[in-house]
Amino acid sequence: MQNKIFDAVNCVRSFGHGKKFMTAVDDITFDIKDGEIVSLVGGSGCGKSVLAKMMLGLYKPTSGTFLYRGKPITDHKAHWREVQSVFQDPFSCFNQFFTIRSQLKAAFGIYKEKPSDKEMEERVDRALLAVNVKPSEVEGKYPFELSGGQMQRMLLARIFVLRPQVLIADEPTSMVDACVRANILDYLMKLKHELSMTIVFITHDIGLAYYVSDRLFIMHKGKIVEQGPPEEVTTSPKSEHTVQLLEDIPDVNREWIKRA
Amino acid sequence: MSVIFEVENLSLHYLTRFGNKIHAVNDVSFTMEQGEILGIAGESGCGKSTLVNGLMGLFIPPLHPTSGDVRVGGESLMNRSPKDIRQNVLSRKVSMIPQGAFNALNPVRKVKDIAADVMAAHMKGMDRKHIYERLKERFDLFGMETDKVLNSYPIQLTAGERQRSVIGISTLLNPQMVIADEPTSALDVTTQKVVIKLIFELLEKKIFSTMIFITHELPLLRHVADNIAIMYAGQIVEKGTAEQVVFDPRHPYTKALMGAMLSADAEQKTRKPTAIEGAPPNLAKPISGCRFAERCPSVKPECKNREQVIRIVGERQVRCEYAE
Repeated sequence: MQNKIFDAVNCVRSFGHGKKFMTAVDDITFDIKDGEIVSLVGGSGCGKSVLAKMMLGLYKPTSGTFLYRGKPITDHKAHWREVQSVFQDPFSCFNQFFTIRSQLKAAFGIYKEKPSDKEMEERVDRALLAVNVKPSEVEGKYPFELSGGQMQRMLLARIFVLRPQVLIADEPTSMVDACVRANILDYLMKLKHELSMTIVFITHDIGLAYYVSDRLFIMHKGKIVEQGPPEEVTTSPKSEHTVQLLEDIPDVNREWIKRA
Repeated sequence: MSVIFEVENLSLHYLTRFGNKIHAVNDVSFTMEQGEILGIAGESGCGKSTLVNGLMGLFIPPLHPTSGDVRVGGESLMNRSPKDIRQNVLSRKVSMIPQGAFNALNPVRKVKDIAADVMAAHMKGMDRKHIYERLKERFDLFGMETDKVLNSYPIQLTAGERQRSVIGISTLLNPQMVIADEPTSALDVTTQKVVIKLIFELLEKKIFSTMIFITHELPLLRHVADNIAIMYAGQIVEKGTAEQVVFDPRHPYTKALMGAMLSADAEQKTRKPTAIEGAPPNLAKPISGCRFAERCPSVKPECKNREQVIRIVGERQVRCEYAE
């Protein structure tokens, strides 16, 4: 029996009061097992990112239970030693006033006891090489001096530095072009194989999710409307929202929108 | 069919603080006919967005033209002041749909005021009430709640509504040419489809007829564009009809780019998307020989020394002497 990493039962998260009241995550029940890659797929505003923040312990559920390894998330720092994330916009994740290298090194601050300076330097070097960046290329550079694709790789390098057990990847490829996207997916697969990491991959592109994941969750308006292995979900979708998501991808071989 | 837009050997460079020149666009030539949709694709940093500024004739330092000419309906856009370009060319002759809709809209003004300013600037003497009426007419085409959108601040709208408003504002004065710079890359697939549908509707209603559509999503271009030009390191490396480029690419770079695409098809699961190794060349240094040679899977020893020129292969333009 595999360990359950996340276990949510009738989980609800709502925001606001009165007129502005809205439910972002609506009565969700699911579990994510150790070593799995699970994709959350859905359009804008379907509650994907709120669910991601719950996994990071940034939001508590309004009602229902949300457990990490059988316990509710209480100590953030301890939680983040094991669960880390990659976000959509790498430029807003790094401080503009410090060099990238110093920020990668600062990531060790999450540990109770920092490793020795020499070991930290070594691990940063190794992490940079893991994402195909020569350490000399980013030596003394600030975030704004690198391109979007390079910055996204720096975020992933941070994950290689920390080696968490769980990674929440919130749309890591939506800001980069197709070439870099293929690259980043490669690194994600590498993380899974080398560090046997559990990855929660959040995206709006079902094609991408299909390629990387062991299991797909299709979300719509705060609910998980369909879940299952990617082959099953994409070849015989049961929910209309899944059909919609599949149809909206501009595929080369399929009729998409007719031009008048 | 008449030629409406001509670009002739256009080269552009950025002048840095230290006096270095970065040659972002190099020797780009193409012509467009009335009613044509040209797609331009390429990876980040290949000069797509720089080319857009050049095509509008809008040279704001550090961007400078090196050589070449851009003509809209026979009228040259080169060597004109930004003020002249803004008054006489933008919005009416050439209009641009920018990339990030959120950055393009003034956050402290209502959508109707942003749009009205555009009209007021170009049509002197029109009163505000009249302008609002015309705006309402135009925005009614967009399948949104017109009153709500026009009276909202940008932050109150969804990403799709914002992008549609931006398209509406860009096409208010019925421009001859529209240049769309990644209009959908910040949107999810469902919203993307809505925006593309709107563009097609505007084309059908003859609001504008000729468009350059810039994106890095080749599968999307296949559905949107008539012709596709692929850019690499500031040059066009292949140009042909959408079918030719997508289904039968000839240039090694186009082939590699198609290899990096993903799809949800069952047959595609076995095919791994392959990234192109390495990085594009540094455009600040002079480059001799083929620009793709460093990363080309079928590179020949002489490629690094021989500058490649456009030649016709299988009824399309390819910048590679070994393409068949």
